[in-house]
Amino acid sequence: MAAMVSLERLRHSFGNGVNRRQVLQDISLCVDPGEVVLLTGPSGCGKTTLLTLIGALRQVQEGSVQVFGEELNGASRAARLRLRRRIGMIIQGHNLLRCLTAEQNVQMGADLLEGLSYRARRDRSREWLRAVGLSDHLGKLPHDLSGGQKQRVSIARALAARPQLLLADEPTASLDSHTGREVVELLKGLAKDQGCGVLMVTHDPRILDVADRLVQMEDGQLSNGAFAIE
Amino acid sequence: MLRRIWQGRRIPLAWLLLTRQPVRLAVALAGIAFAGILMFMQLGFRDGLFDASVTIHRLFDTDLVLISPRSSSSVSMAGFPRRRLVQAMADPDVEGITPLHWNLLLWRNPETRSTRSILTLGFEPADPLFTDPSLAPKAKLLQDRGRVLFDELSRPEFGPVAEWFRDGRTVESEINGKRVRVAGLVGLGTSFGADGNLLTSQETYLQLLPNTPPGSIEVGLIRLRAGADADAAVKRLQRDLPDDVNVLTKEGFIAFEQNYWRSSTSIGFIFTLGAAMGFVVGCVIVYQILYSDVSDHLPEYATLMAMGYRLRNLLGVVAREGMLLAVFGYLPAYLAGQGLYLLVRNATQLPVSMNLTRALTVFIMILVMCMGSATLAMRRLGDADPAEIF
Repeated sequence: MAAMVSLERLRHSFGNGVNRRQVLQDISLCVDPGEVVLLTGPSGCGKTTLLTLIGALRQVQEGSVQVFGEELNGASRAARLRLRRRIGMIIQGHNLLRCLTAEQNVQMGADLLEGLSYRARRDRSREWLRAVGLSDHLGKLPHDLSGGQKQRVSIARALAARPQLLLADEPTASLDSHTGREVVELLKGLAKDQGCGVLMVTHDPRILDVADRLVQMEDGQLSNGAFAIE
Repeated sequence: MLRRIWQGRRIPLAWLLLTRQPVRLAVALAGIAFAGILMFMQLGFRDGLFDASVTIHRLFDTDLVLISPRSSSSVSMAGFPRRRLVQAMADPDVEGITPLHWNLLLWRNPETRSTRSILTLGFEPADPLFTDPSLAPKAKLLQDRGRVLFDELSRPEFGPVAEWFRDGRTVESEINGKRVRVAGLVGLGTSFGADGNLLTSQETYLQLLPNTPPGSIEVGLIRLRAGADADAAVKRLQRDLPDDVNVLTKEGFIAFEQNYWRSSTSIGFIFTLGAAMGFVVGCVIVYQILYSDVSDHLPEYATLMAMGYRLRNLLGVVAREGMLLAVFGYLPAYLAGQGLYLLVRNATQLPVSMNLTRALTVFIMILVMCMGSATLAMRRLGDADPAEIF
């Protein structure tokens, strides 16, 4: 099966002239459908930049990034936007819309699906909220939710758009170990059932065991310690 | 079909963005409504004043009007030879004429004894004057010397003439120092140039103003045969008559008066400027509100873009916010406008009222104000960088 994400000799740097700072150096990485890849490493080593590049949120400077077989280096805005609709992103800062209820926030994700009736999209949103254990909090505004609950709403929002690839930045950071576990199991189940690829940045040692593969990153490079967990 | 559209709907983000911040919404609506009221008042006053300047002009039963070229407005009408009006009778299309004396005279308030100028029209009581048929029987009362018909819609400064008259009292006063008696009441309405109106016979008029040159009148009314072409008649008469008279259609007579107030005074400029101020104030308020709204939600907009929403979708949200603000800001402005017009009508007797043109004009101004501000606020959306959300 073709790889969902394949990176080859990817380099990226910020700034110009003397301030130029190389954050990614010669990264090569693959994520296969149905595979859960965990990315760890000290902060500032370029993990987040890597996620934004794979998520088609940033122009690729050097090297090759292929997502769903499409080359992102030199891709137009429109092409990147089209790709983004197939990628679910779970963000640390969660960025829920403050004026929408939990259910409406999730539906903003479901609304991206073409050709579904309002009712179908709403039911889908409710289903996902139930899956993350928030069925009692449908009508609450983000303001009235705890940090962990907000994080779970943001996960449901990403999943409601039926992504084929999930990019997650510290999804369990604000969750207790029990919920964190549940969420990770949920993501893993999604990967297995729907052949969705998952790339997760995490520092959480409690969830390392769900990974099919662990990738270590340091100073903009993947360290050689990359290994597969059987 | 309707069902499909209903089921195709999305989360009404623009509506929710506005309504979930009720304080900000209230401020925005108050600002827009204020701007709208300002525009309604200024434009209302302007149109009202222009309209008011021709209250009496509209009432005449006439097709063409002769005036002196030296006349500049209803407050300074010059005389021309009455012969010209008689000469006009020679035209085959002319059916009837009414010579009319027109001047501002000093009326003494019968209660306070103070004087004030009142527009006085002198005509032959047998001649048709106004289109309103209720006047003809009253005109007969003017056949006695020293009798006048008083306009009960005149400003109260002329004294409680109408009340006294209705109470059955004999109301007498002085005009230019000569004694007159009120023989009846008519309802004409004040205009910009005249705070009150008085009708009298030609004979009485000449008594009040004994220095009027003989055979001189200020206005000549000409009625045409039914179906006659007024514009052609104007051209013909203007050609045949000497140039000591101007021939106008009734509309031309109204325009002549309005044009005076428009061009010789700053009324038009002042009130249009006032309306423009309202527009600018509204723009600033709406822009301020929408700009800070977009700024506050920038990370959220960036997230939506990261999820796959197009910039176009987000521009649409801001545009719909502008549209909603326009509609919900306009409604209170419209209602307040109606109320204030009523207030102005009662206080000044000026014919200020809501009309469709003005209602639409103000709505379009508010729409332009909101959409223009929304367009400017959208530029801020360009700062929403989805790469910054992680």
